[in-house]
Amino acid sequence: MSTTSRFRTLKDMPVQDYLSPGNTLCAGCGGILAVRVFHKALGPNVAWINAAGCMTILMSYPLSPLKSNWLYTAFASAPAGAQGVRDALDVLMAKGRLPKSEDLKVVVVTGDGAAYDIGLQSTAGALDRRLDFYYLCYDNEAYGNTGFQMSSSTPFGSSTKTTPATSAFPLGNTASKKDLFEVWRSMKAPYVATLANSHGVDFLRKVEKGGTIKGPKMYIAFAGCPTGMGFDPKDTIEVEKLAVQTGIWPLKESVDGVVKHTVVPRSLTPVREYLRTQERFRHLFVPAEKTEAVAKIQESVVNYWRMAGEREGFSVKPPA
Amino acid sequence: MKAQLLTGNKAAAAAARLARVDYIPAYPITPQTEIIETVADWVRAGTMDSRFVQLESEHSMMTAAGAASLAGARVFTATSSQGMLYTIEMLYNIAGWRAPMVLVNVSRGVAAPIVLEPDHNDVLAARDSGFLQFHSETCQEVADLVLLAYRVAEDHRVMLPAIVNLDGFYLSFTRERVQLPDQEKVDSFLPPYQPVNPLRATKPVSRGSSVFEGFVYSYFKYNIHAAALRAKKVFAEAARDYEQLFGRAYGPVEGYMLEDADYVLVMSNSFTALGRQAVKRMRERGVRAGLLKLRMVRPFPSDEVATLLRGRKVVGVFDQNLAPGAGGIFYPEIAGTMYHVKGRPDAILPIVGGLGGKQITGKEMAGVFEEMLAIDREGKTPAPMFLMREDELSRVKKAVAIAEGKQ
Repeated sequence: MSTTSRFRTLKDMPVQDYLSPGNTLCAGCGGILAVRVFHKALGPNVAWINAAGCMTILMSYPLSPLKSNWLYTAFASAPAGAQGVRDALDVLMAKGRLPKSEDLKVVVVTGDGAAYDIGLQSTAGALDRRLDFYYLCYDNEAYGNTGFQMSSSTPFGSSTKTTPATSAFPLGNTASKKDLFEVWRSMKAPYVATLANSHGVDFLRKVEKGGTIKGPKMYIAFAGCPTGMGFDPKDTIEVEKLAVQTGIWPLKESVDGVVKHTVVPRSLTPVREYLRTQERFRHLFVPAEKTEAVAKIQESVVNYWRMAGEREGFSVKPPA
Repeated sequence: MKAQLLTGNKAAAAAARLARVDYIPAYPITPQTEIIETVADWVRAGTMDSRFVQLESEHSMMTAAGAASLAGARVFTATSSQGMLYTIEMLYNIAGWRAPMVLVNVSRGVAAPIVLEPDHNDVLAARDSGFLQFHSETCQEVADLVLLAYRVAEDHRVMLPAIVNLDGFYLSFTRERVQLPDQEKVDSFLPPYQPVNPLRATKPVSRGSSVFEGFVYSYFKYNIHAAALRAKKVFAEAARDYEQLFGRAYGPVEGYMLEDADYVLVMSNSFTALGRQAVKRMRERGVRAGLLKLRMVRPFPSDEVATLLRGRKVVGVFDQNLAPGAGGIFYPEIAGTMYHVKGRPDAILPIVGGLGGKQITGKEMAGVFEEMLAIDREGKTPAPMFLMREDELSRVKKAVAIAEGKQ
């Protein structure tokens, strides 16, 4: 992390809000919280380029809670929309038809459905072209706006509307969560970072750091989803905190391909404590704990941190 | 300016340069590719002051195009066939955004089976998207219609995107005599694009907002319709200016030997030339034949069609497209236009032909007119004609027999 960051404690969270209080999203939405904090870190003069998802309903004609620009594109192609806006602003400024003061930071904002699935191709294109933009994926690990169906971000063991846990399919989703961080990193994104609303300073610093890098700045924010994941809206931050403390949601960044974990838990909280907070994992514990499945999740987390520690020179104590 | 020999593709590229477009997002597809190669060359050689970016699909290409238009750039791009279908979703979006970019479509049939030569199912798939549509018969028209399309699309009474269509191969790769207008005159015809509420730091806007009730949705959709209808008048004004400056007159439709014609064929695009030839031959035989070419397809030139088809005995609508299970796409549009017209034709004959660029002989075209004459003579109800010759069918059968080792 930059040692000269203007964000040292949560008290440094900018007071200026670019999103008015009150909007059309669910109570306790981690996605809109991520958008709010991201915007605070970016400051004014933003063009949000959106793909179909929960954030799309933020705009309800003729109302907007944003103090910045917004363009809804389509499910698959928000990064291409960012390309068009960035290029148009650049060409108009180059031709002297637009003052520099009208320039905008171009930010793609999509859920995991667009980022991990249908929009991956257009994201790859933007990365290939080294487009100077931000990408904020609010990741609630399923298609939330349509009622919580499986995406390729859905973790092993999660029940969703299209992978419900039944007696014939007792684990719910049996595929593993796609590692989008590594996918983006492999495509040579100069900056990739994960975020959690529960870790505000880490969050703000990463957005700040992205601002010093020209090219694609890629972010995946854990988006606690009370409606889809199934927990009380007041617990969003707690759930996100547990995701980090159990090691399930590693906070890390990659600068020119070099990965560094920015928050390293000294000892991992058992994944069980995180899983038990959410309805989507309820079948792993009721009527009796599916110990093999829970152990499998725990093992993959422990392995992840062991390998990360070996690469970066830290050690994380597995749960007892 | 001196005339030169240009392919339809080169004519489209040249018109884009004359229009001083700011931005060209691109993606290759046959038979359009020569357009984007040409402008890419010019941009890299410094003879065209635009930004050229190759996207990773037509869907992304059109997303970038519409978004750039909303940010205030004059945008040009081109596609064909599968590319047009792949980006259909974005066409509806861009029209809804009221982003007045121009897209050139080089017509090519649509898979399956995959083919390279033209019919109009690709461009007519965009028929209801909200894009204005102008279809060309010649390479000269391609260049002129691109410039007219910008002028109409960007007019603040319209603010809708536009498609200029030309046929693959028959125009795209065919060199014809084209007179390119002088840059200075084009600049006076087509002033710089003035966007309405572009994305800006000092005056933020929301575009593409969701609506949650049908009446708000209807409000926006009816606005698109009203704007498309206003484009008729705006086109007429623009065409008048264009004629004064460049000496070429363009109406939304064009008649050929219509004056006293009893039997009129309605056509569009490059195959219209075959229709003209057939009309001439019929005239030589003393048949009062004529032709009506559709140039403006959206908005649909219903007034002009009604005026020019009124009082005819039999009209034939030549559809170079196929709506399986229905027939042709233009037929119901023409028939619907004529239904309430006093002195409407006694019969309207649907004809489908030229699919995938299928050649049409003079004999076949004469056959179409013979059928129109027979309908008039015998007072029979027109039965749809689907053009395909015996020799063509037997060639297919023979090829299959060879493939199956039976021959």
